[in-house]
Amino acid sequence: MNGPEIVRMIQLLAKLPGLGPRSARRAALHLLKKREAVLRPLAQALEQAADAIRTCTVCGNFDSVDPCTVCRDERRDSTTICVVEDVADLWAMERGHVFSGRYHVLGGTLSALDGVGPEDLNIDSLVARVRGGGVREVILATNATVDGQTTAHYVADRLAAFADVKLSRLAHGLPVGGEIDHLDDGTLSAAFKARRAV
Amino acid sequence: MEWTEEGVLLGSRSHGEAAVIVTLLTAGHGRHAGFVHGGASSGQRSLWQPGNRLRVAWRGRVAEQLGTFRGELVTAHAARVLDDPLALAGLAAACATLDAALPEREPHPALFEGMTALLGALGHEGWPSVYVHLELGLLQELGFGLDLQQCAATGVRDELLYVSPRTGRAVSRAAGEPYRDKLLALPPFLAARQVGTVQEWLQGLELTGYFLERHVFWPHNKPLPPARQRFIEALQRFSTTDSG
Repeated sequence: MNGPEIVRMIQLLAKLPGLGPRSARRAALHLLKKREAVLRPLAQALEQAADAIRTCTVCGNFDSVDPCTVCRDERRDSTTICVVEDVADLWAMERGHVFSGRYHVLGGTLSALDGVGPEDLNIDSLVARVRGGGVREVILATNATVDGQTTAHYVADRLAAFADVKLSRLAHGLPVGGEIDHLDDGTLSAAFKARRAV
Repeated sequence: MEWTEEGVLLGSRSHGEAAVIVTLLTAGHGRHAGFVHGGASSGQRSLWQPGNRLRVAWRGRVAEQLGTFRGELVTAHAARVLDDPLALAGLAAACATLDAALPEREPHPALFEGMTALLGALGHEGWPSVYVHLELGLLQELGFGLDLQQCAATGVRDELLYVSPRTGRAVSRAAGEPYRDKLLALPPFLAARQVGTVQEWLQGLELTGYFLERHVFWPHNKPLPPARQRFIEALQRFSTTDSG
């Protein structure tokens, strides 16, 4: 019914997160209806991004310059590195304005099932950054999952040799707005372990 | 087809954006995989973590299907050990080893009990000895059990120091002395049914690792799980910082 160009467009759109075949058809139809206002600018933006965006060789972030804007920013605290699993985590922290230091993106977690080992992650480059000097604290901000924490402990072991570098991790426990009777046992247990004096 | 049973989650793999394919170890249905709708969502992600004990309901149109799981948490073992590097490494190693070694849908109730014992012991004194016993039980269940109670050569039950790499049977000090370079060390805690020391646990892991690799993983052209090696490395680091 549709030409091969439209079919291919729908197939590619359906590969995007959050879009299935049905929503991809809707998106394709919308783009075709708004050809000048949306489709052409989007196509140009995608082409420019594909040409210009690269992975920062220092931290693993995505940016059009290398090192990335975060790594170049002189106002940021270069003595503190926050280690995250994915660029999405870095962006989440930047959205929240919760951290003003530098980042390091691991690119995933150690995973027995998926066969991801230390050599598949950006751990050696993190060790090299710390060895380079000038780092006082490394914050391990991996997810509170078995794989995330296994990775955090592994990274901590690799950095244990740097005695003058403080290693810390994010707290686990009650989320803001969370109600205790709706929390799972694991979160409650973590919250009790991490309780502090008031 | 439908059944409900308690199980221990061995592994979870993302499928699409919000779903996961999980494998559980149950007493009655063995290692069993299933699809979980929304298993990677923020509401369910903490549930489907390796090591957690869950009450699951499996449903499939026919028995051969992958089927779907629904589950509720019984014990959050994963959350309990997240802050303990050694226990977390042990949990990950046990889950990865059982997941890789066990055939699907073949009941092994003794292994389920062994895994439950390990999860309960994690973090308590001497728990790595339970891990070694779990791997001995795994070998036993798969038909490659070791005989560590009496000497293969002389029949004596005392001073058992070695294990034959060929037969998996214990060898006494006197009988094994001429061949000691070719024999595997039998850690005393296995023969004497004690808790043992860190060095003995490492010897025990070397012993079970040898036979797991030879009988279980090598025939399938698979290496021992990297998570198991990381557990051994964590235990070695632990031995240098703590006497156990």
